[in-house]
Amino acid sequence: MVKKSRFRSTAIGLTLLWITVFVIVPYLFVALFSFLEHDISRIIRWTFTFENYQAIFSPIFLEVCKNSFILAFGTTVITLLVGYPFAYILTRIDEKIRRILLLLMIIPFWTSSLIRTYALIILFKANGIINTFLLYMGWIDQPLNILYTETSVFIGLVYTLLPFMILPLYSSIQKLDWTLIEVAQDLGAPSRHVFLHVVLPLTLPGIAAGSIMVFLPALGLFYIPDLLGGARSMLIGNFIKNQFLTTGNWPLGSAASMILTALMGLFLYGYFLSSRKAHTSMEGVR
Amino acid sequence: MEKLPIVSLRGVTKRFGDVVAVNALDIDIFQGEFLTLLGPSGCGKTTVLRLIAGFENLDEGEICMAGSRMNSIPPNKRNVNTVFQSYALFPHMTIFDNIAFGLRMKKYDKNNIDREVMEALDIVKLAGLEKRMPYQLSGGQQQRVAMARAIVNKPQVLLLDEPLSALDYRLRQEMEIELKRIHRQLGITFVFVTHDQEEAISMSDRIAVMNVGKIEQVGTPIEIYEEPQNMFVARFVGEINVFEGKVLRIDNGSAIVSIHGQSFEVQNRKNISEGQDVRVLLRPEDIIVFRDEAESITDPALAGRIENVIYKGKTVDLIITIDAGETIFVTQFFNEDQEDVVFREGQRVHINWPFGWEVVM
Repeated sequence: MVKKSRFRSTAIGLTLLWITVFVIVPYLFVALFSFLEHDISRIIRWTFTFENYQAIFSPIFLEVCKNSFILAFGTTVITLLVGYPFAYILTRIDEKIRRILLLLMIIPFWTSSLIRTYALIILFKANGIINTFLLYMGWIDQPLNILYTETSVFIGLVYTLLPFMILPLYSSIQKLDWTLIEVAQDLGAPSRHVFLHVVLPLTLPGIAAGSIMVFLPALGLFYIPDLLGGARSMLIGNFIKNQFLTTGNWPLGSAASMILTALMGLFLYGYFLSSRKAHTSMEGVR
Repeated sequence: MEKLPIVSLRGVTKRFGDVVAVNALDIDIFQGEFLTLLGPSGCGKTTVLRLIAGFENLDEGEICMAGSRMNSIPPNKRNVNTVFQSYALFPHMTIFDNIAFGLRMKKYDKNNIDREVMEALDIVKLAGLEKRMPYQLSGGQQQRVAMARAIVNKPQVLLLDEPLSALDYRLRQEMEIELKRIHRQLGITFVFVTHDQEEAISMSDRIAVMNVGKIEQVGTPIEIYEEPQNMFVARFVGEINVFEGKVLRIDNGSAIVSIHGQSFEVQNRKNISEGQDVRVLLRPEDIIVFRDEAESITDPALAGRIENVIYKGKTVDLIITIDAGETIFVTQFFNEDQEDVVFREGQRVHINWPFGWEVVM
């Protein structure tokens, strides 16, 4: 018993240490920097200020925020519309096919998503695979302009984030009691109403989880808009990256990070509340 | 009661892969009756219910309701409702919304919905709980909500899939009486599925005993219990003792059967003939026990010894080994006039039964 508990405290202690050193401490620095002044030569000046937060609410940054939210929201909607039917079918089909489909979905994770994004460039560019194929078949006269458009950014985000939508949806739909669907049919509900009044409300926790898992990363994934959107679309992620790596304005980048984190915290809290409510109503119902 | 079949199944067959769940089954279900499908688990009784509800497509045969063929009609277009074994209340809806679901699908207006739901809640005695959520109710209450949710639609047929099996003994007894009351009150046809023969006997107008996808016997509870048509029904419905015998001769309406060398007179209801091997079946409560120490007996009787005495409160169960072989199970009711009748383990006894109480097959 003593040995076991020592193992446990070592394991937990190591994890805690890791998180403290590599997550919490750097994060506290970010929080600290966001309240300090920017200095061109020394990066920061040790003077307390709210200037960075004021700067964030400039029209330029708000524009960036708006674009990011539209893109992240659009990505969430598309992944949801594509992911829901797929997850639903996954729960209904034969065990063997299901395993293969799940595997196919997970395999891309074995490759760095940065490399997969470069792969998309090869597909999309003017003399890339798609255009070459379409020209060869004679379906188009001149190469389609896909790369460095909003469309390619959308495709890239949807492609990268789709599994994060499907997996929570799948687990939520799988937990759905199939008898409830039969009850609804038995009570005269056509398929549309069965879905609207029974399946959808009961899988809402999965929809919420999936949406958060897609929406939040979509705000922060800077390299996909960078690589696929060119310089055109500035998003929160790119904005932060630029402050740190290009303009060297760490305090402003830190403030933007804090805002993004606060937003994520808010979403997660909302999800926590809704899932707790859903959980209570499931309890005690056989 | 006018005997109109409201549901009739003709040659209904359902296969799941290689397994034949329901095998060329025929049955008529009549308007207003309480019919029970009784059988061991896996006998296909729930599948029959699901076929009537429309959750399963049949492979062969035909299901008719009120004269029209229902084979390819989806469940939401059939005028039947089901009470599921697991109740399956919608966890995200209040009790009111659960019960109102069917009426809303039928596009009733709000006033009608309010009135009908309240009436259904009254029938199942849950008035006042309409604003609760399902998780706030006990198992018995959830069961009643499931009933209300089905009957509020005034279906032609109410299908009940082992609705009482998850309740404890006392609640089950209470719900048996409630179910009968609701059945009488509404006049709806009930098709009830259970593996519990006591439940079946105490509630049903008719019982269909099922085994491996077929109906073994259909009849009133008394017919099923007193006159089982085959060994399966005899053994499944209640305890039964079986004696092997040979017909010695036939006398008008009766037959003389030899069991372990003793000649017993039995009723000849099945046209048995001389020399035939027969089985004589006796319910535990139909057997009379004579204690050798107290009573002498001249009529034909089988000698044996009490192996076990099980006191049950209002009855006493005896396990008796007949000297010639069988071990039998006997139930004796306490007799107020003979308080000194005491059975002990090891006691020598003789047993026989009143003429005509046996079943011969």
